[in-house]
Amino acid sequence: MSHKIMIPLFNDEVAPRFDLATDVLLAKFKPDGEISERIIVLPQSSADDLCALATSDNTDTVICGGIDDEHYQYLKWKGIEVLDDVIGPVKAVIQTYREGKLACGDNFYTS
Amino acid sequence: MSNEAQYIVNGLMGRQFMLPDLLNEVPIGIAVLDIEGRIKLVNRAWQTLTGVAPNSMQGLKCYLGLRCDYCFKGCPVMADKADFQTISVDADIIDRTRTKVPIRLNISPIVNSDNVISGYVETIQDIRQVAELSSSASKAYSLGGLIGTSPEMVKIFSMVPSIAGTDSSVLITGETGTGKDVLAEAIHNASDRAGAPFIKVNCGALPETLLESELFGHVKGAFTGANEDRPGRIKLAHNGSFFLTEIGDLPLPLQVKLLSFLDDKVIHPLGSSRGFNADVRVIVATHRDLKKMVQEKTFRADLLFRLNVVHLHLPPLRERGDDILLLKNHFLMEYCNKFNKKIKGFSQKAAKILSAYRYPGNVRELSNIVEYAVNFCDRDIIGSSHLPAYLTEQDILRPVTESAHPTQERTAPLEYSSARNWDDAEKQMIMDTLLKCGGRKGEAAKILGWSRSTLWRKMKKHSITG
Repeated sequence: MSHKIMIPLFNDEVAPRFDLATDVLLAKFKPDGEISERIIVLPQSSADDLCALATSDNTDTVICGGIDDEHYQYLKWKGIEVLDDVIGPVKAVIQTYREGKLACGDNFYTS
Repeated sequence: MSNEAQYIVNGLMGRQFMLPDLLNEVPIGIAVLDIEGRIKLVNRAWQTLTGVAPNSMQGLKCYLGLRCDYCFKGCPVMADKADFQTISVDADIIDRTRTKVPIRLNISPIVNSDNVISGYVETIQDIRQVAELSSSASKAYSLGGLIGTSPEMVKIFSMVPSIAGTDSSVLITGETGTGKDVLAEAIHNASDRAGAPFIKVNCGALPETLLESELFGHVKGAFTGANEDRPGRIKLAHNGSFFLTEIGDLPLPLQVKLLSFLDDKVIHPLGSSRGFNADVRVIVATHRDLKKMVQEKTFRADLLFRLNVVHLHLPPLRERGDDILLLKNHFLMEYCNKFNKKIKGFSQKAAKILSAYRYPGNVRELSNIVEYAVNFCDRDIIGSSHLPAYLTEQDILRPVTESAHPTQERTAPLEYSSARNWDDAEKQMIMDTLLKCGGRKGEAAKILGWSRSTLWRKMKKHSITG
């Protein structure tokens, strides 16, 4: 079964703020190991819109930087795993996630 | 600290100490950034506010540690701007407990002796309490220090937040005592510039030459007595708001200079060839009719067009209906607390006198009347005898007591119309009395309580012949 993740972006890094991101990466890991990625550019930053996108896209995991508790709890309530406080370049983050080693608060610049 | 040697401070005290130890004692969050905006050093308060682990942010770009909305809304450090002045904005961060915290953010470049920027210092202050207070204060019937429920005032209250969000010039008009200064300050406090200075200058208070130096500043030797450089008020308001009250009294030559400043936002101090780029929001106020002044050529039309971007008109108190009641009780509470008195309210007669009065001095006059009454009241109810004599001696009660219609209660006699000045009122009074006496000056003087010579002098002053 495929697995979907969502990463709000700031350039090629995980966006430091979930609510201020206008670019978002949606990645799909297929069982055969293939990854399909697409980047969506939102007309304006909105945490509500990102949550709606995550639920409508049936996202399994959201990887983000800072997220306020209200939206964090909402996503959790919707059954979406949230790995927040992540700092680092998207490629490295995805790689670590695929290896099953990504955790909340990971900082790829200091570790 | 990765390399403690670089933080040693020598020479400041008797013995050397570490810079972080000093910064840790400062109760506001401080971060020192290098020229690329990377965090070099943060103090304990900064770590507490953001919730980061000690030293975990060193070497990281500031936006990754602070996670402030301003980072993505034009922060000059993020935009690699080579030259900028100190910035002070209200912003918010999301801390490590997922709480959105409103902060006041200051960013200043660190300029070395060669005038080259070598880094930045960023300070953050938690303003949650201030934000809570201001939100509880911003009820439907009050804003800043303004109170009212009349439709005109509610309209102004609803306009202020959106006006405060921009940097457009604001022109506030209204009679004296209507609260123009309070409204200007409320706009400043509701804006992003709230943490920066709010500088007020009264154009009518200073002679022209002094006013120019006061507004734009001067350099040493610009004129006799200019013994040192002096920054003007506009420069002092940098990053904040600059409030020019009584703009109608601004002399014409200064109007030109103000217009030039509004055009390019550069101020040239007296005697200086170097300009200063001032980032200020201009708010002006006047009780005069500027359009009429433009027709009379005492006010520049182009300056009026420049200032009249957002126009707010504060209605006179007599047109604000039940606001008189609201304000009367508000001031009563305020002065009772101030003077430690226990006064329950106003007697029926005193309340009638207050609601019938026309208040040419508007809210300020009502405040003064209530202050006077609270001072002189020795009972738990303010009676008519506690009100200032000019309210009770004059015949303002007549329309109240003789009228059965409450709507007519506030219809004061013609002589209290605030549209006219005292000279007009006096002239009218003399004419009325002379008419009443059939032109007999002796009798008129007696009724007016003046000597014949005083009446003659006043008739001459008002060009009354007969």
